[in-house]
Amino acid sequence: MKRLLFLLLLSFTTSIVQLQAQDIQVIKKEQLYQLAESSPEGKTKIINFWATWCRPCIEELPAFESVNKMEQVEVHLVSMDFIEELDKKVKNFAQKKALNSSLYLLDETDLDPIITKVNEQWSGAIPATLFISPKGKITFHEGKMTEQEILSIIDQP
Amino acid sequence: MKNSILVLLLALLPFIGMAEGYEIGDQASDFSLKNIDGKMMSLADLSDNKGAIVIFTCNHCPYAKLYEDRIIALDKKYKGLGYPVVALNPNDPKIEPADGYQEMIQRSKEKGFTFPYLVDKDSKMAKTYGATRTPHVYLLQKEGTDYVVKYIGAIDNNAKDATQADKLYLADALEALIAGKAITKTSSKAIGCTIKWHETK
Repeated sequence: MKRLLFLLLLSFTTSIVQLQAQDIQVIKKEQLYQLAESSPEGKTKIINFWATWCRPCIEELPAFESVNKMEQVEVHLVSMDFIEELDKKVKNFAQKKALNSSLYLLDETDLDPIITKVNEQWSGAIPATLFISPKGKITFHEGKMTEQEILSIIDQP
Repeated sequence: MKNSILVLLLALLPFIGMAEGYEIGDQASDFSLKNIDGKMMSLADLSDNKGAIVIFTCNHCPYAKLYEDRIIALDKKYKGLGYPVVALNPNDPKIEPADGYQEMIQRSKEKGFTFPYLVDKDSKMAKTYGATRTPHVYLLQKEGTDYVVKYIGAIDNNAKDATQADKLYLADALEALIAGKAITKTSSKAIGCTIKWHETK
């Protein structure tokens, strides 16, 4: 009986964890370019580049998680951690923080052409964030952002 | 009217350029910054050199750490050929305590840095040069007493594994300079940590 209860409890807790933790999609550059191509109808798409080792990135994540709750916003978090860190670090981190935004890990090493293609203004420093307005207008920001700064870009016509 | 706008734009141009830091061909500013040995150091202090590899780097950034051994190897190889490494740490230790002066001395000892490691006070040189991340390289060539920017950017194209890098941007630029040839790729980008700018008072 005790054992049954334990198993029940175990399956219950696992399902909660599964509910909270988003899957992390490992992507290549082509998929990233596709992601950065357009925004869904009536929505602002936000693509944020971060890593578990980047402190300002982690500090600004709650702000992106918060705006992701808005109807007209869609947040995509692209981890620049190495693929070897996926299970050990990135998944653990995503679970611990119960991240609800769409999660990716960019599995590429030759980044010079990719950084430039994502946005000319991007020097490669992270955090870096790309905003695609409902009308397709691109805004790029390098460095940590506050929720207010994020909202001011979303609110732009 | 059109003309006056044009004149105004032209007058503003140098300031726009200044805000964005150096481009290839610009004359690089010298500096006098505190080295980990406690002495002040300038580019003018270098002797028998043909140029310098100025690298904005720091202690705390994992990407900067990934390149430490490569920077030591570059310094060992190219110092004798006239291009020594000069490392500058632009970060504010109030934001990133691991980037304090004592910590810089400690890190240099641990890793056996063969090059000066200077405190970029108030992030002033990072601002002047236009550095945005660590590590961020400016390869300079001496022309008379001036230092001219010849290459800006990354060290190579594989942060994770030096042996897997198949584009050695900085080494290629150095080889070109030494051979008196044109540098094929004069700038490149790489992932890095944002500079933890000193607050301006």
